[in-house]
Amino acid sequence: MRQSPELLRRLLRSKDRMDGAPHEDWPIKRLAHVSAVSVAHFSREFKKAFGTPPHRYLLTRRIERATALLRDTDLPITDIALQTGWNSIGTFGRIFKDITGDSPGEFRERESSISHVQREIPECVMRAANRPNLKIAVSEKRRIQSVGKLGVQSD
Amino acid sequence: MTTGVNTVGLYVRDQDEALSFYVEKLGFIVHTDVRNGDYRWLTVQHPDQPSFQLGLFKPGPPVHDIATAQTLHEVVAKGAMPPLVLLVDNCRAAYERMCENGVEFTQEPMERYGSVDAGFRDPSGNGWKMIEVAPKPQPGSSK
Repeated sequence: MRQSPELLRRLLRSKDRMDGAPHEDWPIKRLAHVSAVSVAHFSREFKKAFGTPPHRYLLTRRIERATALLRDTDLPITDIALQTGWNSIGTFGRIFKDITGDSPGEFRERESSISHVQREIPECVMRAANRPNLKIAVSEKRRIQSVGKLGVQSD
Repeated sequence: MTTGVNTVGLYVRDQDEALSFYVEKLGFIVHTDVRNGDYRWLTVQHPDQPSFQLGLFKPGPPVHDIATAQTLHEVVAKGAMPPLVLLVDNCRAAYERMCENGVEFTQEPMERYGSVDAGFRDPSGNGWKMIEVAPKPQPGSSK
């Protein structure tokens, strides 16, 4: 089934809003409102359009933000967790490790031992390129457990 | 005589809509707007950049078959086309002006890496980054 460009353009709007503020809560109702469609319609059509359910897409943005903050700043890990939308440092640490394979502390330590050349790639493109690919089974399993904590439901 | 890239095209959902966006909201000017039957060749350019044209093209026959055109329309509407960058003298001032014109911003101006940038989309879904031109290097200093 094809999707109309008009609908896709409206779905893109909610994706843009998550991109712009991944630390905010994005309950499905809010996203559906941005796209001006019903809640049930939204989840189904978003996944069809972008290949990933909205809450999982949001998770990739949050992990990408967290890895960037761990790499580029000296902020305490607790602050990074809060700034990237988690309510609990424990949840953040667990999901971060599930997805990246490292705890936030290990990730920071490893990254700080690598020298990063001055980036010639635009920052917005790097953000997209650095997003984790959440297609693997372990994160899928974890995702189901973490859905409630992200404040987004799939239906 | 200057040689270089002369025209690069974007796919847009609707050429009239795109034309009014790029001309009335962004301040581009029309370079060419001609028709051949149902086909419309439409290019605009930035007033300060006369050697470059931005084509605003609608996917469809006779250039694309119907199925391909539909796919291209979907890809554009999903924001999946390659990035576009607009240079401006003052990102925050341009942002204010464009907001008043109703441009849909995806990112407010932010200072990063010594420059200010913002993000917006055209009505079709093409994503633009708007970057402030870096200050000219001081005479005598190496880049």
